[in-house]
Parts: sequence; C-alpha cells; structure tokens
Amino acid sequence: MTAGRSSKEIENYYQGLKKDIEASGYNFSPDEEFVKELLESILINKERYGYEACPCRLASGNKEEDLDIICPCDYRDPDLGEYDACFCGLYVSGKILAGEKRFTSIPERRPGPDERAKTMQEAKDAKIEFKFPVWRCRVCGYLCARDEPPEICPICKVGKERFERFM
Amino acid sequence: MDFEHVKGENKGKLVLFALSTCGWCKKTRVLMEELGAEYDYIYVDLLQGEDRDEAVEALKVWNPQVSFPTLIVNDKESIVGFDQDRIMEILG
Ligand code: SF4
Repeated sequence: MTAGRSSKEIENYYQGLKKDIEASGYNFSPDEEFVKELLESILINKERYGYEACPCRLASGNKEEDLDIICPCDYRDPDLGEYDACFCGLYVSGKILAGEKRFTSIPERRPGPDERAKTMQEAKDAKIEFKFPVWRCRVCGYLCARDEPPEICPICKVGKERFERFM
Repeated sequence: MDFEHVKGENKGKLVLFALSTCGWCKKTRVLMEELGAEYDYIYVDLLQGEDRDEAVEALKVWNPQVSFPTLIVNDKESIVGFDQDRIMEILG
C-alpha cells in the first residue's frame, strides 16, 4: 500500500509527527502499521485536495467547507475524551495505549451534510460587539481576545484558519 | 453507480460504501474477505461530479451522516463503522 510514496518518506513523516504530538501530550495508536497507512492517506489527500483532509471522511475539495476535518480535526479532542480514540483511530488516549481499553472503531461525531450547512449559516448570522473579538481554536479550545487570531495556535500549532469567532 | 465486485460465497446481498483512504474501511474489507463473503463495494472518494453526488444520496438513505464504512445488508440493515462483532454475526 505504498503506491507512489517511498516507505522512507512515510517513515520520516511518521517519526517527525510522532515527536511533535507526543511533546503536546497526544499519542498515536500503538498499531504502527495502521498509523502509517493513515498518514500515507493523509499525504494522498494533501496531494489530491491541497490540504490534509481526514482520511476517513469524504472531503468536498472545498477547503472552507472542510476546515473542521483537516487533521487534527475539530472532533479529535472530544472523541479522545469520550471514546479514547479519534474517529480514524490515528490518535488514542493513554488508556488505549496502556491496553486498558480495546482499540476499535467509534461513532462519527461530525454532523451530516445537511446539518452542517445549517450550522454554518447560523455562525455567520451571530455577531456581538466587544472591544476585542474573542477567537477560539476549534481544535484545542484555546481562547484569545485580539483583532485577529494568531498565525499559529500557540497551544496546538494548527493554522489561523482553524479559529472561529467565539464572542 | 459502478460497484466493484468481490467474488466469494453468497451470504446475502452485501453492499459496502467505503473510502479508499480509510483505515476502518480497509479492515472491514479484510474481514469480509477473510470470511469469504461475496460483496460489492464502491470507493466514494474516487468518484467525481454527478457520480459522487449519486453515491452520497444513495448512502444518505441508510446513513444520513454519510460516514464510512457503511455496509448495507440485504437492503434491510445498515452496519455503520467497523463493527467487527456484527459483521461476524451476519457473515460468520
Ligand atoms: S484526528 Fe483522527 S479523525 Fe481527526 S482528521 Fe486526524 S485522523 Fe481523522
């Protein structure tokens, strides 16, 4: 399953990411082969769509619509909290890592296409005035009150486009 | 819609909606093949335009969240996600 990509490229990607995520307190699944296949799929999606779309969800090809499923997706942390794994099974909690819980497929938290369209519209309509807008990182929940969100989230390192107007 | 056919023993009508990049979809296929079942599958992420829309609409009927994998059994039941126990129960 290494079509087009050398195992060395995937190994490097894996090692680099593993170091970064472990430094921020996250863990990849202990099934290394499974993890590498997912990372390879993320690279395939990056090539296909121009961004690292979640390999287990159907990306639209429109980045704006898919911001919530760029890996790490908006659903990773809630899923780690509730099910001890992310939807794809790339990330797991300490419990699964320690073998205290079975590693398996979890339910999808992302709303379906019709519901997403509705929420997007509601978010556009809601605006309240403060001295500074408050921005929320949709991946880790970090909040800051300033004119613009930071270029990179200081906590989880995702890009500016992953922030939403919170207040 | 053009489904790929996998030969095997007839264990009912099995139709799998999957993504070519998804780990649980792959595990589902591996399990179904280990169990020797005959089935049809479609990789929705490899479709474009109208073909993709058609597949998404067909899947929505069974699973409004349009998540993968979704296995439709005998046009009656849908198994959403890699539900190893349920798949073994039906195909075992
Ligand atoms: S965190 Fe997990 S579920 Fe979310 S996009 Fe990445 S691989 Fe997919």
